[in-house]
Amino acid sequence: MSQFAINLIFVGASFALYIGIAIWARAGSTKEFYVAGGGVNPVTNGMATAADWMSAASFISMAGLIAAGGYANSTFLMGWTGGYVLLAMLLAPYLRKFGKFTVPDFIGDRFYSRGARLTAVVCLIIMSVTYVIGQMTGAGVAFSRFLEVSSSTGIWIAAGVVFVYAVFGGMKGITYTQVAQYVVLIIAYTIPAVFISLQLTNNPIPMFGMFSTHVESGQPLLVKLDEIVRELGFQDYTADVSNKLNMVLFTLSLMIGTAGLPHVIIRFFTVPKVADARWSAGWTLVFIALLYLTAPAVASMARLNLLTTIYPAGPTADAINYAERPDWIKNWEQTGLIRWEDKNNDGRIQLYNDTPAFAAKAEERGWAGNELTVNNDILVLANPEIANLPGWVVGLIAAGGIAAALSTAAGLLLAISSAISHDLIKNIINPQISEKGEMLAARISMAGAILLATYLGLNPPGFAAQVVALAFGIAAATLFPALMMGIFSKRVSSQGAIAGMLAGLLVTLLYIFTYLGWFFIPGTNMLPNTADNWILGISPLSFGAVGAMINFVVAFAVSSVTAAPPKEIQELVESVRYPKGAGAAVDH
Amino acid sequence: MADHNMNAAAYWSANLRYISISLFVWALVSYGFAILLRPMLAGISVGGTDLGFWFAQQGSIITFIAIIFIYAWKMNKLDKEFGVEE
Repeated sequence: MSQFAINLIFVGASFALYIGIAIWARAGSTKEFYVAGGGVNPVTNGMATAADWMSAASFISMAGLIAAGGYANSTFLMGWTGGYVLLAMLLAPYLRKFGKFTVPDFIGDRFYSRGARLTAVVCLIIMSVTYVIGQMTGAGVAFSRFLEVSSSTGIWIAAGVVFVYAVFGGMKGITYTQVAQYVVLIIAYTIPAVFISLQLTNNPIPMFGMFSTHVESGQPLLVKLDEIVRELGFQDYTADVSNKLNMVLFTLSLMIGTAGLPHVIIRFFTVPKVADARWSAGWTLVFIALLYLTAPAVASMARLNLLTTIYPAGPTADAINYAERPDWIKNWEQTGLIRWEDKNNDGRIQLYNDTPAFAAKAEERGWAGNELTVNNDILVLANPEIANLPGWVVGLIAAGGIAAALSTAAGLLLAISSAISHDLIKNIINPQISEKGEMLAARISMAGAILLATYLGLNPPGFAAQVVALAFGIAAATLFPALMMGIFSKRVSSQGAIAGMLAGLLVTLLYIFTYLGWFFIPGTNMLPNTADNWILGISPLSFGAVGAMINFVVAFAVSSVTAAPPKEIQELVESVRYPKGAGAAVDH
Repeated sequence: MADHNMNAAAYWSANLRYISISLFVWALVSYGFAILLRPMLAGISVGGTDLGFWFAQQGSIITFIAIIFIYAWKMNKLDKEFGVEE
């Protein structure tokens, strides 16, 4: 059977499963559409949240980022998991107790203001729309590589499948397809990693293999890797970083940003009880960790595999002849994600770090520049081929990559559409709307959101590549502080919260635009985006944490000079703090 | 009613105490061991590299899981003690 047929069977079977679930899990009420009826088991919700959270970026790109950056890019591992500790203790249980449908719902009620609700809706839409574009293009790339269609056709197919289960099933359909998608993506990620770990270290568990002995050389794997990269002029894989302030702030921005992402928060509205919301956050992180503990192993092993493929006799000997390159390099050359240019005309593939510090050594070896460009994204997708695994594993990776993109896209689309149908239509424009009318509005908003995401996926705007800056930066600087203050302080007033969110949003955007250009238009940046121009060495991508602090300070300052929230709001805050009934305000 | 309010306040301050302890551990393993204190831990080797590297790539994630489950367990117990469980 051809590889194409195998891929088609795997992807087709996974799609049939998702659509089958959609037919079984149709939503009959707004409660089912927005929060899956509120009766999802905490372990099931943990699995769905893990799929909701792990996007095309986690599945496809993260291992490549770590492979390229080594220790320095551990920020992504810690940043994208540490946020769940904050969610579990600072947000999820109380928002579950509050018991409504959306994130702006809480902000609007707690800060007794349409302005606050509207600010939250605007922030939610900016971050979720930016985020969803990457999922659509990610699905397009996976389709074009594995199913031999153009990536535009791939995006249309992906949109069609999400349409079926998201428009009819709402959160209920999305929850159970996400569970299926989690199973598909974790199997797809783990199997090639286990085989590679066995080949390199004889250890079947990648997270342990990474810290054990490299069979071929008899040295610890990371020592071997450090030796090879050093010889080729790269920084040591395990090397420490000098700008620790930036590393701390970047990690903190990712953590706070994760905790403030509406599509993640609303998943905790689907469990029956406050206690379940706490357990569910733990289960979510367990399911995420299965991939996140494997990713650094995949990263180091793939980097080692790539370099030993190019330098079969070691980095001090000659590189491989282009004519003798393995099949997987040939396959990926066709996609343009691997490119070779014979700069010194010796017919060999020189891969090294082409910097001034390495120039003398390169000249001595007769090298005229780095000749191989490898896109980080292929490391995970090409893993089965690099490890010579059978065709069905390649088919599995195809289905897994698409599952990761679709599950996150669906969660984001629900966050966007519920903000429109519930917060804008039901709570601001037309409060008299009937249950049936809101249900229809929810379905139309979902269909509209899918069309918008498809359009933006086909014609990605400049900001589409700025998910970390826009989605995590804004979530950190606006929603997270507002939600946290709404729960932990009775004193923060509506004026304080709105001023805090706007200050966080504006200062963060200003800092980002200063270095990345106004609205990301190339050439409009006021300062070059390099470390020596950053204030205190803080990268624009790390600024969300600073934006959050600004939000807190402004909100407390403004609240201290404005009237305290009314008594019923203080009682609302009391009530979300206690799992049972209406808390201290009501005598049981 | 006064009694009830006192209980509610005691419940909330117990929660804040658990949160503070948990956040201290959360920050210690990630910002501490994995980033700022890494040079101090360089002497402790783990599988070809140092303890700080292990915390940055695996140890902090494992600790995060433990923190959430311990917090959930303690809080669910606290809910019952104060009679505020659902």
